[in-house]
Amino acid sequence: MSITLLEAQSISKRFGGIQALAEVSLTIRKGEIYGLIGPNGAGKTSFFNVLTGAYTPDGGEFVFAGSELPTGKPHEVVARGIARTFQNIRLFREMTALENVMAGHHLRSDSTLWGILLQNRHMREEERLITERAYEMLRYVGIERFANTLSRNLSYGDQRRLEIARALATEPQLLALDEPAAGMNATETAQLRTLIETIRHDGVTVLLIEHDVKLVMGLCDRVAVLDFGKKIAEDVPAVVQRDAAVIEAYLGGGHHAH
Amino acid sequence: MNELAEAIPYLGRHHPKAARALVLGLILLAPVLAASVGNTWVRVLDAALLYVMLALGLNLVVGFAGLLDLGYIAFYAVGAYTWAFLASPHIGVHLPFWAVLPLGAAFAALAGVLLGFPVLRLRGDYLAIVTLGFGEIVRIFMGNLSVTNGPQGINMLDSLSLFGWEISRGLQVTENFKINALVLFYYAFLLFVVGSVVVIRRLQFSRIGRGWAAIRDDELAAKAIGINTRNMKLLAFAMGATFGGVSGGLFGSFQGFVSPESFTLLESIAVLTMVVFGGMGNLGGVIVGAIALSLLPEVLRHIALPLQQALFGKVLLDPEVLRMLLLSLAMIFMMLLRPAGLLPANARYARAEYLHDKQEAA
Ligand SMILES: Nc1ncnc2c1ncn2[C@@H]1O[C@H](COP(=O)(O)OP(=O)(O)O)[C@@H](O)[C@H]1O
Ligand SMILES: [Mg+2]
Repeated sequence: MSITLLEAQSISKRFGGIQALAEVSLTIRKGEIYGLIGPNGAGKTSFFNVLTGAYTPDGGEFVFAGSELPTGKPHEVVARGIARTFQNIRLFREMTALENVMAGHHLRSDSTLWGILLQNRHMREEERLITERAYEMLRYVGIERFANTLSRNLSYGDQRRLEIARALATEPQLLALDEPAAGMNATETAQLRTLIETIRHDGVTVLLIEHDVKLVMGLCDRVAVLDFGKKIAEDVPAVVQRDAAVIEAYLGGGHHAH
Repeated sequence: MNELAEAIPYLGRHHPKAARALVLGLILLAPVLAASVGNTWVRVLDAALLYVMLALGLNLVVGFAGLLDLGYIAFYAVGAYTWAFLASPHIGVHLPFWAVLPLGAAFAALAGVLLGFPVLRLRGDYLAIVTLGFGEIVRIFMGNLSVTNGPQGINMLDSLSLFGWEISRGLQVTENFKINALVLFYYAFLLFVVGSVVVIRRLQFSRIGRGWAAIRDDELAAKAIGINTRNMKLLAFAMGATFGGVSGGLFGSFQGFVSPESFTLLESIAVLTMVVFGGMGNLGGVIVGAIALSLLPEVLRHIALPLQQALFGKVLLDPEVLRMLLLSLAMIFMMLLRPAGLLPANARYARAEYLHDKQEAA
């Protein structure tokens, strides 16, 4: 159970005067739930952006499932099997929940322009299948009853779940969640926790950025801690929790844990 | 069609069948009714249908893919000039419409891709400015090249013909009953409009339509689910341009001559206004917008000109100024009263027949 899925090799990223990531290296194993925590502004989201190709790193590289990831090409990274959600939810506002997930199937469907214009059998069959799968995915995350609701009219918690469903529709090996519990109440957080465990159980490795330390500590197999762009710890939660540098980062410099 | 019917006040809601019959009847009988008033009005209807096609094509780019294009009329020009070159005495080539129209569409699509490449990274205002420039460049080229006859344009274009029979000669049904050419053009254009609607709906309910809508709603998120935004945008420009190219060819066949002045920036703006006024993204809305904003100025022209003559003894406001005035007023009233257009977009991107419950989106 300790096959390496993702290896980040001294990833660096600068924004003007800010070193958002300073030679961050970490290894995520297949099948685990890996937590990435750290105070606000530590560089967690930047790590996601560089990993998924939204930004190009200034240095370092990612090795995913045995080969190097392209940089700065988001759609190729998704095709390789890494899907993400966003800290500030980014759904397709004018589309229904179902259509959002169907859009997520774009990558794993192949009807051509001609197939679509001629409505050939392959296209119609694929369209039916995509619709059916999208329903299943909505059921999986627990919002099937809102299938035909415009995504912008969903509650906050449901929008977060829809974003996860849409990401899963790309059939990832690694699902990267950026603060999925932000803004959720206790019940919603508990449901989210169950969902993440189910996702892992179904064979998808999870990379979780989370502010809610309790959630992270209870859920993750291993945790890395970022502070000012540097990785200051990486271990099982019980060890990380007692790490002096981590306690200092969270309680020291005016930052605070939840 | 159904969207149009539903939009009729009262009837649409309470007697949908009657509303649909009314819309269908109006569409089919419009040229006959218009002909009874005067042939000018049939000509106006024909032009309206060409605007409908243009608006449908532009809606693909602006309404679906969210790419603001202010140079759309350039593709109309490409289609029209293709017709002028390949079906007129200009260089002595007379290809049939089923060869010229696809060629015009292909050239327009190519032009669409050429425009698309440099503007891939641009959005909003910047995109609008560059596309505007593109439209002007095309027009200025047509007006200054000698092969296009410069500002004089090209004359004596062939009209649509089928098996050697030219539509512009009209159809002699019996000895004393002749269907005039303008009416025939109407039905020919209607066929093309119906074809366009079918094609666009097929695109809309597909991975391509969803890809476009995704880019429009959130480009970063679209990338993050693996959509190749570059290819999808180029496809949007190319497909939109295709409709422009086909309607341009039809325009050439209808008008009999082409010259650069038919393809000004104001025309691009007029078509964009039709799209926005009717309800960007909603096919029914776009159609209503195009019909309303191409008919109204003509009505106004026929009322305002004689009225000005009678009141002032001369024409103070020329029809083109009146038309722009009307378009601006339409936009202002729309922004105030119905900011999302006459028929706001409620465009769906999944086929209704595969949905579990047929409920409308909330
Ligand atoms: N696109 C950007 N442009 C400039 N600075 C950025 C950008 N993205 C992140 N940063 C900066 O990088 C640092 C790390 O930010 P971020 O990765 O969002 O932290 P976290 O997600 O851990 O809260 C912050 O100082 C932030 O202001
Ligand atoms: Mg963050």
